Amino acid sequence: MPASSPNPILVADKLTITFPDGNGGLHALNDVSFHVQVREFVAVLGPSGSGKSTLLRIIAGLIAPTHGNYTFASGQSPRIGMVFQQANLMPWRTVIQNIMLPLELQGMNAAEARTHAQDLIELVGLQGFEDNWPRDLSGGMAQRVAIARALIHDPDLLLLDEPFGSLDALTRERMWMELSRIWQARRKTVIMVTHSIEEALFLSDRVLVLTQRPGNVKLDLKVDLPRPRKDEMRYTAHFGKLAGKLKDAIG
Amino acid sequence: MDSNSLLKLRQTYNRTRRWLGLVSLAAGLLAWWLAALYGGLPAFILPSPSDVWTRFLRALVSGELARHTGATLLEVLLGLFFGTTFAIILGYILAKSRVLEQILSPYLVASQAVPLVAIAPLLVLWFGPGIFSKILIVGLIVFFPVLVNTVFGIRAVPPAYYDLMRSLRASRRQILHHLEIPAALPIFFGGLRIGATLSVIGAVVGELVGANTGLGVLINISRGTFDTPMVFVAVFTLIVLALCLYGIVAWMERKFLIWQEHISNN
Repeated sequence: MPASSPNPILVADKLTITFPDGNGGLHALNDVSFHVQVREFVAVLGPSGSGKSTLLRIIAGLIAPTHGNYTFASGQSPRIGMVFQQANLMPWRTVIQNIMLPLELQGMNAAEARTHAQDLIELVGLQGFEDNWPRDLSGGMAQRVAIARALIHDPDLLLLDEPFGSLDALTRERMWMELSRIWQARRKTVIMVTHSIEEALFLSDRVLVLTQRPGNVKLDLKVDLPRPRKDEMRYTAHFGKLAGKLKDAIG
Repeated sequence: MDSNSLLKLRQTYNRTRRWLGLVSLAAGLLAWWLAALYGGLPAFILPSPSDVWTRFLRALVSGELARHTGATLLEVLLGLFFGTTFAIILGYILAKSRVLEQILSPYLVASQAVPLVAIAPLLVLWFGPGIFSKILIVGLIVFFPVLVNTVFGIRAVPPAYYDLMRSLRASRRQILHHLEIPAALPIFFGGLRIGATLSVIGAVVGELVGANTGLGVLINISRGTFDTPMVFVAVFTLIVLALCLYGIVAWMERKFLIWQEHISNN
């Protein structure tokens, strides 16, 4: 853990969670501590059942940890943008209405929210699909809408929970480029949960590796690949070396 | 076969299908006519379509039909309104509280085991032959299907959507407005469609037991005076009433659920 963290937006301190299961409890996370810097892209990598999604849900405020705590730089609860494994678009809202949702919840009027949403539509490359129903979208397009929705209210923290896990391999790789470009344009602080070593390395500045349940930070690896990230980087020796380290840590 | 001629074939098929319905109705009418004409039955057993039609016109001009239809319609609408409103409120509460559901479910299930037709006389005895007892009967008959579908509709909201709303710090009220109501609407409408059809039955049952006006009363009176054509008129009016209600619900469904695939494809 870099003790010299100049500007942490999030400090997690010994987060521990046990779910009641009638058998002494399911110990999902154990003493997870880490910092996240402003505008940093952090990937949380771990085998399935390592509690990485649970960690994200704690930070999102959806569940409370059993022990430990986490603090945000602002001192209060931050604005969260979240993308789930499934796009979770509301089928009764059109593409643009789905993107507008966070602004509507903040009380912005529809006309103004629509203008903002139009910007996001362009950012994620969905011009022409504004008034389509979610059922008409492919998996990749739906996930773009979900990303746009997670960004529209200018969140302090973007949480991605295996955002491309349900996409096919080709679409997933295309979405890495897209997300990389979007991140470059918006420079949000991101925490992304994934089980793909390649995805973690390609997108993030740092990778935290969690152990098998109960999850604990086993490795905190800085990804010193230049930005903007390019597809070719995945085939370099350095990328391979970093991937090797992560693989060893996962075990 | 290319797609164009396939489309044409499909259109022809659809048009034919619509025609088939009309042809079938006309055939039924003709069969009725022939049966009445050559069946050798007296008119007070089986009146011919033309007897019914003339009786209909007479009842229309005298205002008799309008008066009874109006009374039934009022009972149906008020019963539907109150029955649906209470069902939605209780349904939402039950959907949210498993404990309350467990406490109330024996009563709810038992209330459904009681045939409403059997307790209608009691309700009329207690609440009088006026409109109130009919609204009560209609309300009770509408209540259960709407209640059950409201509970299922709310329960069917995928948990991931709650996560999304909560991550956006949505309030209870916003979750209700932006998530639960629209998500529950398709299943809710299924209940309302059943309720709308049942509501007419409820009103007639109440009127047959005891009332001063309404199509059920008209049937009773006409039967007593062997005015069988009038009984037919009343029955057909009830059918049209039920179909209209069903049509209105179906229309609302199409309007509110435009986002559903099978609706916008039609």
